[in-house]
Amino acid sequence: MVESVSSWSRNGLRDFLLQRLSAVVIAAYIVTLVFYFACHPALQYYDWESLYTASWMRIFSVLTLLSLIIHAWIGMWTVLTDYIKWILLRGLVQAVILLILSICFIWGIMILWSV
Amino acid sequence: MKHDKRPVNLALTTLRFPITAIISILHRVSGLLLFLSLPFVLYLFQQSLASIEDFDSLQDCFQSVILRLVVWVVLSALWYHLIAGIRHLLMDWGVGESKTGGRIGARIVLVFSMAAILLTGIWLW
Ligand code: HEM
Repeated sequence: MVESVSSWSRNGLRDFLLQRLSAVVIAAYIVTLVFYFACHPALQYYDWESLYTASWMRIFSVLTLLSLIIHAWIGMWTVLTDYIKWILLRGLVQAVILLILSICFIWGIMILWSV
Repeated sequence: MKHDKRPVNLALTTLRFPITAIISILHRVSGLLLFLSLPFVLYLFQQSLASIEDFDSLQDCFQSVILRLVVWVVLSALWYHLIAGIRHLLMDWGVGESKTGGRIGARIVLVFSMAAILLTGIWLW
């Protein structure tokens, strides 16, 4: 089997499953937020803050953040592999994307932990 | 392998794209857009939770038509990607895999995401 060093799990089938699993987690989070917004038409800061101090929401948010990073990495990896055939350039763009995603992950954790 | 002798038809104006192909490329484009908008979304999220002053000034910023338009575009990409993604997952599961099934699913995706995008626009304005 050919392994690709830069794919998320170095295994196409596992990447495929992870991308689907992460998609379901993100989708569940979106549905939760839409439901929340529907229940709070004129949202005030203290409602919003108390949502994000609740333990379940913090756990759910971190889980979603992690899923999002994995999902976006696998997704972007697929797109880059399709369109950039020059391996050096692809590696470079992959590195930039990895950097952006890592920053987003750490930043997201920082936001969630500052509430 | 050399493919030099193969006929090439990439004249995009003469190719007709079936609805399923359009649905598929839009899913890719919307995913790309969502990735690019991540820093922006995180910034809004940060401001919304930083303090009551930041929350209120963020709400004031939403008076700006440009900000609302940008947020609308991002949310539109999100709805589209979500709904087309659900169709994708259902097809992985074996639902609607036939040729007609694929076309019907594609139409449903278009109708649902259009509705979601419109509703979001109404909600934002
Ligand atoms: C909000 C953050 C999200 C980002 C940044 C994102 C990004 C991406 C990207 C870049 C791709 C690759 C597109 C391609 O290969 O053509 C992708 C694929 C995919 N996304 Fe998302 N996505 C997000 C949310 C979701 C959600 C909520 C779902 C829920 C259903 C979803 C379902 C999928 C599926 C099923 C694929 C695989 C498509 C394929 O294999 O061709 N995504 N995503």
